[in-house]
Parts: sequence; structure tokens; C-alpha cells
Amino acid sequence: MTKTDLINSIYKNLGLSKKESAVIIDELFEIIKETLEGGEKVKISGFGNFVVRQKEPRKGRNPQTGDELEIDARRVVTFKPSHVLKRALNE
Amino acid sequence: MMNKSDLIEVLAKKMNLTQKKSESVINHVFNEMTDTLKKNDKIEIRGFGSFTVKHYKPYTGRNPKTGDTIQVKEKRLPFFKVGRELKKRVDGDADR
Repeated sequence: MTKTDLINSIYKNLGLSKKESAVIIDELFEIIKETLEGGEKVKISGFGNFVVRQKEPRKGRNPQTGDELEIDARRVVTFKPSHVLKRALNE
Repeated sequence: MMNKSDLIEVLAKKMNLTQKKSESVINHVFNEMTDTLKKNDKIEIRGFGSFTVKHYKPYTGRNPKTGDTIQVKEKRLPFFKVGRELKKRVDGDADR
């Protein structure tokens, strides 16, 4: 499933034009991205939570050369599925 | 923190939709995504990320607190891989 499939599904089921559906889907994901960019988490009940986590710097290795290198501190997005979603996948 | 109601409100405002319409869009999107994962299909939202389902075979594990052996049933779990654009934006455009 891609964004196009979501747009088509909205268009077919919710009485919006194809163009409107496309703009709305883009905006929806843009809002989520902006929120995460601001370091805030996004909780979608029944689906899951998108959380921004701060990772500390650590030592790693270049897997090709074996050289040791410093991995910088960084911020990453993680997804924690809700119990509802986990249950749905195991029914 | 932003929850689903906040998301409904923000989307409604930005797109000039009624709360009700915005709510049905958001519910529809996440229901479709759930159905897709239920069918073991992959979801790919460019710039945002992708979702896949991983299968785990049943295995014998231990309760880490008591040390008792337990049978862990076969299970399926969703996984999210963050897209390149979102990854960069969250990390403050760091070049890596």
C-alpha cells in the first residue's frame, strides 16, 4: 500500500474529490512530521505512538574496515504499536 | 504530545474541513493501514516511512523474573522504518 492507494480509498469512500483527497493525505502526514520534528510525540489511539528519542553518542565500528568510530548523538523516531493493533495482527 | 483528537482538529483547521469530516478521514486512514498490515502487506508512505509485519515462530523462553520456562506462541508484530525525509528532519538536518 502506498500513499496513492490511501488517496484513492479516501476519494472513493468519503465523497471528496481526488485532488482534495491528495492534498488532505499530504497534509495529514506533514502535520505528523512537523510535530515529530518539534520533538513532540504523536499518539494515535488504536494504532500506535510515534515517539522521538534522544540517542547518546556511542562507539561503533565501520563494518567494512573494522575501524572504530564515534557515532554522534542523534534524535530518532520510533513507533510503538498499540495493543489494539498487535491484537488485530494476531487474531 | 499530540493525540488523535488534536490531529483531527489541526487537519480540520488547515484544510478547512468540518471536525466530522476530518475525523472520518483520519479514522479511515488508520483503519486502512491496519487492514493492510492484517493482510501481511507492506505500507509505504514516501517521506514518512514504511510499515512491515514480522513473523515470530513459537519458542521456549524464560520469565526473566522467576526463571521459569514458558512457551511463547507464534506471533506477528508490526515494524516501522522511518523514511529518509522524516529521519533527517527529526535529527535537525544532520548530514549522515
